[in-house]
Amino acid sequence: MSLLEVKNLHASVNGKEILHGINLQVNIGEVHAIMGPNGSGKSTLAGVLAGREAYIVTEGQVLYQGKNLLEMDPEERAREGVFLAFQYPVEIPGVNNSYFLKAALNAIRKHKGLEELDAIDFLSLLKQKTKLVDMNESFLNRPVNEGFSGGEKKRNEIFHMAVLEPTLAILDETDSGLDIDALKTVSEGVNKLRSKENATIIVTHYQRLLNYIVPDFVHVLVDGIIVKSGGKDLAIKLEELGYDWVREETVHAV
Amino acid sequence: MQSADKNIQWYQSRFEAFEQSLNGEKSKPVHTVRRDAIRRFAQNGFPTTRQEEWRFTNISPITKIEFQPILQYELQGIGRNDIRKYLLDRAVHAVFVNGMFSSELSDIGTLPQGVVVGSLAESLKKHPGKVQPYIARLIKGEESAFTALNTAFMWDGGFISIPKDMVLDRPIQFLFLATNHELAYAAQPRNLIVAGAKSQCKVVETYVGLAQNIYLTNTVTEIVLGENSYLEHDKLQLENMNAFHIGTAQLQMNVASHYTSNAVSLGGSLVRNNITAVLDAEDSECTLNGLTLSTGTQIIDNHTAIDHAKPHCNSHELYKAILDGRSKGVFNGKIFVRKDAQKTDAKQTNKTLLLSDNATINAKPQLEIFADDVKCTHGATIGQLDDEQLFYLRSRGIDLAAARDILTFAFAGDVINRITIEPLRQQVERMIHDRLDVRQSGIEEG
Ligand SMILES: Nc1ncnc2c1ncn2[C@@H]1O[C@H](COP(=O)(O)OP(=O)(O)OP(=O)(O)O)[C@@H](O)[C@H]1O
Ligand SMILES: [Mg+2]
Repeated sequence: MSLLEVKNLHASVNGKEILHGINLQVNIGEVHAIMGPNGSGKSTLAGVLAGREAYIVTEGQVLYQGKNLLEMDPEERAREGVFLAFQYPVEIPGVNNSYFLKAALNAIRKHKGLEELDAIDFLSLLKQKTKLVDMNESFLNRPVNEGFSGGEKKRNEIFHMAVLEPTLAILDETDSGLDIDALKTVSEGVNKLRSKENATIIVTHYQRLLNYIVPDFVHVLVDGIIVKSGGKDLAIKLEELGYDWVREETVHAV
Repeated sequence: MQSADKNIQWYQSRFEAFEQSLNGEKSKPVHTVRRDAIRRFAQNGFPTTRQEEWRFTNISPITKIEFQPILQYELQGIGRNDIRKYLLDRAVHAVFVNGMFSSELSDIGTLPQGVVVGSLAESLKKHPGKVQPYIARLIKGEESAFTALNTAFMWDGGFISIPKDMVLDRPIQFLFLATNHELAYAAQPRNLIVAGAKSQCKVVETYVGLAQNIYLTNTVTEIVLGENSYLEHDKLQLENMNAFHIGTAQLQMNVASHYTSNAVSLGGSLVRNNITAVLDAEDSECTLNGLTLSTGTQIIDNHTAIDHAKPHCNSHELYKAILDGRSKGVFNGKIFVRKDAQKTDAKQTNKTLLLSDNATINAKPQLEIFADDVKCTHGATIGQLDDEQLFYLRSRGIDLAAARDILTFAFAGDVINRITIEPLRQQVERMIHDRLDVRQSGIEEG
């Protein structure tokens, strides 16, 4: 079943069009990788899907579970199961990580008609999830991302994902900033969260991550448009030949 | 000018009435101090916005009204049940009704040997030696009209005397109640805290308006800190939204003494808090923290002055304000570093969060440094809630209103967390949450 359908999506920021007609279909149970050079619009696409206000959709539509995603507030999207792991996670001084997650998880549970978790159940859930991403428990009581290293922030994003258990996770360059060992543990965490009930979109520059989280599809985004799609081999070819190769191919194709 | 004269005449006539009620007390030395004070008040009158110190705070709503100074104690039918929610667990409770000590409502209990907590008026009679040397000694040159007025009508208020080496484990709470009255009255408690050498204690001043009437609280607290003493002095201001509150704290610090003030202002239609600390002894340390939460048309003005007069002293200052509605905030932080005050370390931070486009702040750090080997920093920021942070919270499922609350509360958090009296800290947290909840439901309805 199709979980997400992006049709001819055009989006602008500050009056400048960044996305020029994206088409993308993600089915439940699939992992899609989106690769592309700097500034090609990957984070813009992720932001549009999560509901970032600065991005104005000028054309096209996005269906999520058959519903118009673009009409929903960011919090509604999150409650319906959309999760964005930020390329640049935001520091929230004065709000501790576990307090934040409790507010988030309970908002999502309430939306689903579930009871709020009590303090004890919540804490044991958190502890169990820290293990999944091999995160030190001391991060639970620190203000969200404040003073975290680049890699720690990325790990914390995946930790949030583990706690909130989204249906559609969009990971925006989660690999950047992670050292080799961290990349491995975080990827393993993501793999454990994979199931037939959810789907993942991974935005990355490097094929390396895709060795750990093997995608079903790879899309190449250049200048706001998906110029090529294929299987996981496409990522390997990109790594060898660079983006110029796709650019040239597209030019030839035209 | 005419109205200024009328003001002066009014308070002079009230002073005469007060004098008559004093009878034999008039011959006491303290009465000379009162007489001098009313004279100074009559000379200068109330300040106007033409005076630098009052530039941003127009007190004409106060000078328009002839406030009747409270001259005697009346319980006014208040019971302990009415005030229970303001009383702090485990604390020594000294309760005042319109500035006058209430033995009915207070619960001082048994205090360690030598400690005095209670009524200033009574202490002046019973322990003149503990009061007389300190009362009205600290405020001199830069006294304001309000302080002069308070001194002129000085009668009762809170008194604390801690002998040397005494470490008090229970905090002391002064709870000042303003009662309902047809008459616009002025409650003018006069407080004195004398902490002996090497003593340690925590004191809370709570100001509460019990009804919605118009009144003026004009309070002065003088604090004398002995060598090596520690004092945490917290203030929670919960006057009603029609009331006026002028609060002045003046402290004198001796060698290696440590003072921390955490002042939280939530109530009042027009509020001015003054804290002046003179660090006239080496190795002393003064920390002033403040939090303002205002809404509607409230005006809340915080003036602090730290005078580094001797070397090797530290001062830290963190003042934060959260302004909503059409409210107005003022922050003025003076730091003087005198020529002798080498190795001074002074840090001032002032941050304002504007929750509405119609709220305004006038923030003015004022550093005057005459010594060369010192470390002085100050920083002021004024901003709104951060859109990136709001989006981050929302993208995890937290709705906009809750996200705003969480971030607003977090902004206040680092001041609240400096309060070490746990029941007070919890009380402040609760009150701020309540305030934000009211705001949220207002937004939803509006
Ligand atoms: N708020 C903004 N104002 C102006 N331009 C913007 C804004 N946000 C994004 N852009 C521009 O949109 C283009 C796409 O940006 P985007 O962040 O989506 O790229 P990306 O593919 O994620 O790049 P990277 O690989 O470097 O993360 C860039 O040229 C960027 O400068
Ligand atoms: Mg990006």
